[in-house]
This record gives sequence, structure tokens and C-alpha cells, in this order.
Amino acid sequence: MIEGAEPLGLFMAKGSIVAGCLAPHPPHLVYAENPPQNEPVSEGGWEQLRWGYERLRESLADVDYDVLVVLSPHWQTYVGTHFIGLEKCKSKSVDPVFPNLFRFDYDLNIDVELATAIHDQAKSDGMSVKMMENPDFRVDYGTITSCQMVRPEWDKPIVSISSNRGLSYYSVEVMQEMMMQLGRATAKAIEKSGKKCVLLASNSLSHRHFVTETNPPEDMSKEHITSHAMHLWDMRMIDLMRSGKAQQLIDEMPEFCEQAIAESDGGALTWMIAAMGVPDQPATLHGYGTIIGTGNAIMEWPCYKWGEQ
Amino acid sequence: MSGEIVKSLVVPAHPHPVLCPEKNEGWQKIRDAFDQARKTIEESDADLIIIYSTLWPSVIGHQIQADPNPEWVMVDADFHDLGSIPYSLNIDADFAHAWNTANKERGLESRTVAYHGFPIDVGSIVALKLLNPDNKIPAVICSSNVYSNRAETTVLAKSCLDVVKAQGKKAVAISIMSLSNRMFTEPIEPHEDRIHSLKDDEWNRKILEFLGEGRLEDVGQLSRTIHEQIRVRKVVAFKPMWWLSAMNDNRNDLTGEVLAYEAIHGAGAAVVILDPKSNGTGDKEYDEDDVEFYGGDRGVLDNPEDSVNHGVELHEPTTSANSVNTEKAPKPVGSYPHARREGDLIYLSGVGPRQAGDNSIPGGPIKDAEGNPLDYDIKSQTHAVINNIANILEEAGSSLDNVIDVTSFLIDMDRDFQGYNEVWAETLGRIGPTRTTLAIRALPTPIAVEMKVIAKI
Repeated sequence: MIEGAEPLGLFMAKGSIVAGCLAPHPPHLVYAENPPQNEPVSEGGWEQLRWGYERLRESLADVDYDVLVVLSPHWQTYVGTHFIGLEKCKSKSVDPVFPNLFRFDYDLNIDVELATAIHDQAKSDGMSVKMMENPDFRVDYGTITSCQMVRPEWDKPIVSISSNRGLSYYSVEVMQEMMMQLGRATAKAIEKSGKKCVLLASNSLSHRHFVTETNPPEDMSKEHITSHAMHLWDMRMIDLMRSGKAQQLIDEMPEFCEQAIAESDGGALTWMIAAMGVPDQPATLHGYGTIIGTGNAIMEWPCYKWGEQ
Repeated sequence: MSGEIVKSLVVPAHPHPVLCPEKNEGWQKIRDAFDQARKTIEESDADLIIIYSTLWPSVIGHQIQADPNPEWVMVDADFHDLGSIPYSLNIDADFAHAWNTANKERGLESRTVAYHGFPIDVGSIVALKLLNPDNKIPAVICSSNVYSNRAETTVLAKSCLDVVKAQGKKAVAISIMSLSNRMFTEPIEPHEDRIHSLKDDEWNRKILEFLGEGRLEDVGQLSRTIHEQIRVRKVVAFKPMWWLSAMNDNRNDLTGEVLAYEAIHGAGAAVVILDPKSNGTGDKEYDEDDVEFYGGDRGVLDNPEDSVNHGVELHEPTTSANSVNTEKAPKPVGSYPHARREGDLIYLSGVGPRQAGDNSIPGGPIKDAEGNPLDYDIKSQTHAVINNIANILEEAGSSLDNVIDVTSFLIDMDRDFQGYNEVWAETLGRIGPTRTTLAIRALPTPIAVEMKVIAKI
């Protein structure tokens, strides 16, 4: 435990969110790390972001928590929000977009009890939800990448939440309302569970890709943001997070999603901010970098330091 | 060899017709329509199934499946509770590689994928399970690029046709797509299924009316409107009709038949089969630019602003008497026309591969703005030169068939002659003009080939 840290759970014997992390998931990061589970081999690359994840891991190293709760936009569902309901998931995840970079043998544990609790809470709050219990289901690369980069030991169970594409059916505003509701349901379920959780919002910021790939893909001489406008948007969003202006970030999300083709349109960041109670506290920036032109920030809201709200 | 598209199909993407057709009368009708289409394919002499799937999005250009035997078990992201679909497919890897090469020759970003465990998309699996259950006919599957526009999608089809013809294939072209794609966002009981809204249903019926009349190109023309009106903004827009239309030479006089139209969880699902035989109504106007080579912003990592400018001032073509100019050819780099008529002959100014409009160079420029040499594709450049020549001749009321004499200029004879010669043989070589090929030190823009042409009108 970090000196001075006083997780809510110790005082209230109830669960708590000890940290929320913006944890982008481009598979390039796993590819560059060369973990034994991933088939392709690289010469590195994207170090600015990988060092950022290193700083995040160091920041979380002494934080006591039980489970990672991750929402990934690469498990896209259109019929409500889904939760993995299998205790063990073991298979190979191959990214259909970058299969040359990500072919990952995973073996992970799911906290089905907590997943079910969030599912049930969301359902009782009126949301459309479903548990995923098909043993042949393959976990998406976004979930795996974010978890691998935050906790490569895979010694914590996870809760895997799908991205319900409210944006696709309605608007960013409606998506945000749905994700705010899901975030509040997540917080309530965690509190009732008695568990200490780290939340992971698995998404990039600006999300305009280059449509060509360098050879090798990790040739960093070609890596940069796709446009100055994207850079300005990313910096604006990071400034809002660093200065504790989560509500303003939520307010500006529709314009950000539209103009920066932001991957936060999948709802992960909104969900996490809502689960943390739209905090006024600043987030810590651990790293920023681009991946095939997209903007990526690694941020941490160290809730365990905030004390009782 | 002479290949052709023997049938074209539109089929839906959801797993219900495979996993639980019996639960809903409409789903069973879709399943029955799949079975009917399968019999039609089996009764044809098709030896290849080509799939363009909207369920497989890509970012790095288009991806083509090249694993000869991909095997796994597919579970749908939404409808995982309906069950799993094991698959073991027969992929024509040779065709996949040839299509990939043809894409590059036409200026497209493209690559093949062949990785154990690659997640074949649900739409492709459903189609192949129901249309080709015994893997009797080899298949090839292509992704749908999330950024591609009509020009790129059209060129993708043309490069596919290049290979179909070169390999003498009798191919079935399949677009996997919903019509309206708005699903119910809540779970429903099977008996509750219906098209999500009356508006979606009306648009679906209009699309099917056109397809039933064989008016593929008209549906292609409406694609953007259809997308705005009845398509949820999922990853891939309503592009498959552009591809399917181009696979059929953008015709409007095919013989179409709608085998089924039903709802699957609210989305519009149809099985349509189109025969290339003319329905006798006469073709209709094709009123979009018919793009042969793609010159869009695919070189974005290499700073396209430099490559498009090329550091040379462009001029409007001069318009003195007997001049022939066209917007379908690149702007001149000096004060001269694209061509000039004299008697019954037409003399063309030197023609390079630059593209009208964006000034891009198919196959890439030979050097960057700093003069550093770049890898380029001489075959793509040569194709583009000949295409520009054809456009100028067409403007003059002539055609490639009337070319009499050609003088070609190559900036690197050792490197480029073979590729240039191969394209020549496939094109002008079949017509038979006289030819002189010269090695020169440089051309005004960073191109590798230019041709000077004399033709009859």
C-alpha cells in the first residue's frame, strides 16, 4: 500500500474503485513488447507509450486491488451491453485488422461474480444487458492488450464488458447517457461487492489511421499524428483530464468524437468517468504517443488517494 | 484465357439462418433461399466464389484471405447464445495472391493474410456454410476498407476481374450485407421479429425492386443515399453495391431475382441472385467516373502533399485551333494541348501516368521531394499512361484501336523495360502500332515512363 493511501474499503467494508485508467489498446504495443504469448516478433517501437504504461504499472504496483474491470470498443454489441460469464477463457486472439502484429495466446480468469453483479445492477436500472457464456467465444484484442499492458502477470481476474454501440443507433449524447448509466451501475455493483477494482477504459483519443503501413511496422521515423487538428484535440482532452475537468470533458465529448473521429465514441471513457463519480480530481498523465497516426494517452485517476468522498 | 462472372449474389450476414432457422418463419425462408441459391451455383460451371464482406473491416487497404484451409469455431459477438459455428474452408490462395498483386498494379494498398486462428467474419462463414457446404468450390474473401470510397472500391473490383479473366475463372461474386441494418437494441422473441421501421422496409423494397430488375449500377448510385437513410453508422458504410456493380461492369441490365426478403433481429435480410444475361431492357447510363487506377491518399506515410505537388508548375492546356483537351487527362507541365488534330490524324503530346484531378502517380513517384529515390511500380505507371492516352483519344473521337505509332521514354531501361513491355503486350501490343523505346535521363515530373502517340481519328 502506498504511504498515506486509504482505500474506501478499509473504512466502509464495501467495495471501491481504487483507480481508473485510460488504457489504449492498439495491438502495436503488445507486438512491440514481445511477450511470449504473442507470435509476431518485433524490434520494439512506440517506446513513449510503452514507457508510459511502465509508469502506470509502477504507480499501481503497491495499490491493493482484486480485479480489473475493462470496457473495450472491440467487442462491439448492438443488442445491449454484454459481460463475459465464463470463469476461464483460453484461446488465441488474432486481430482481424492487424493480424501481422497480434496473434496472442491468452489464458485468463474472469470474475464472473462481479460481472454478474454489474449485469444484474444494470438490468435492474433498466438497461439492456446479457451474459456471454459460450465457451467458444474469443476475447477481443482490445481487452487483452489493455490488460496485458497494465498487468502482464495476468494474476488478477478481469471483468470484460462489451461496447454497446449506442452512438451507432442514436448519437454521442445518447451513447453518453447510456454509458453514464452503465458507469453508475458499475460503481454501485462494485460497492456492494466489497471488492477493490481498477477500471480500464480501453480506447485511443483521436482515431484517424494511416492507411499504409511501414516496413517494418515499428519504423518510428514514419510515426506521427495524422493531422495538426487531431493533435490539438488530443491535447485539449488531456488538459481537461489533467486539470480535473471531467464534467467539461463529458460536455465536449460529442464535438471531440465528431471532429477527431475519437475512439471514445465506444463509450469506455464516459463509462469510467461516470463510475468514478465524474471526479474533480486531476488525472495523472503517464504517457502520450501516436500509433499508426492515432492519438493515445495513458492516464490514471488515483482514486485510492482521494479518501472518502 | 477468358474468365467471367457467372452469377452475382447479395446475401445477409447474421448467423440465424445457420443456427436456428426453425425458430422463425422468415429466418427459415432466408435459409431456403440460401439453399436455392446453392443449387443454382452448383448447376452453373462456377469454379470460384469471391466474397466481399462488410463484416470484415480493414484499415491498411484491403486484405485478402490466403490461408488455404482456415479452421476455427466462430461465435457471433452479439448472438453468442445461439451457438457456435465450426468452419473449415477451402480458399483459393493462388487467386488471393494474384488479386493482391493486381490491386497493387492498379494503385491500391492491399495485402494477403494467412494466419492460423484468423477470425473469419460471421458473414463469410454463414455464406460459405450455406452456399458451399462441402467446399466443392474454392473461395476467396476480401475485407471492406473502412476509409475506401467508390473509386477505390470500383478499382478493387476491376483488379479482381483482371485476375478472373487472366485465370479463366468462372466466378460467383457475393456481397455480404444487410439492406437496412438497424437491429432491435433489446433482445426479442423470434416470433416478434420484423423490419425495424416502415421507412427501412420501404427503402429495402426499393433496393430489391432495382435488384430484381438487374439494375445494379442504379443501386450503386444510390448507395450514399441508402447509407444516410437506413443504415446505422457501423464500421463499414454501404459499399458492397459499388463492388458488386463494378464486378458486373457497372451494368443495369442484368437478370435479377429476389429469392427472399425477411427481417433478422430488425435488419433487412435478402437473398438476391443476378445473372449476367441481359434482361433485354437495354443498359442505362453510367454516370460516374469510371476509374481504372486508384490515385487517392494511400501514400499518406510518405507525405502526399509533396508527392502530389511534384515541384512542377501545372498549366491549363492551350486551346488553339484543332486542339483536343480533356479533364480526364492530367494537366500539362507547359503551354501545350493534350493533342492536336491534323487531317485524319491526331498527334498526342507526351503522356505520363499522372492522374487527372489529384495529380497522383499510380505505382508511386520515382523520388521524394528531396530527391531521394523511392521504390515504384513500373507496371502501374505504364497502365496509367495507356489509360490517359485512351482518355485523350476518346475525347478526340478515336480510341486505342486506332493508334499507329508510339515512342516510349523510360528513365531506367534496365530496371523497367520488362514490366513496361509486359503491360504493352497486354494492351497496345494486341493492337499492333509501331514502337520505339528510348532511355532518357529524366522526365519533368517524378515518373518513369512517358509515351508519344500518333493515331487515326
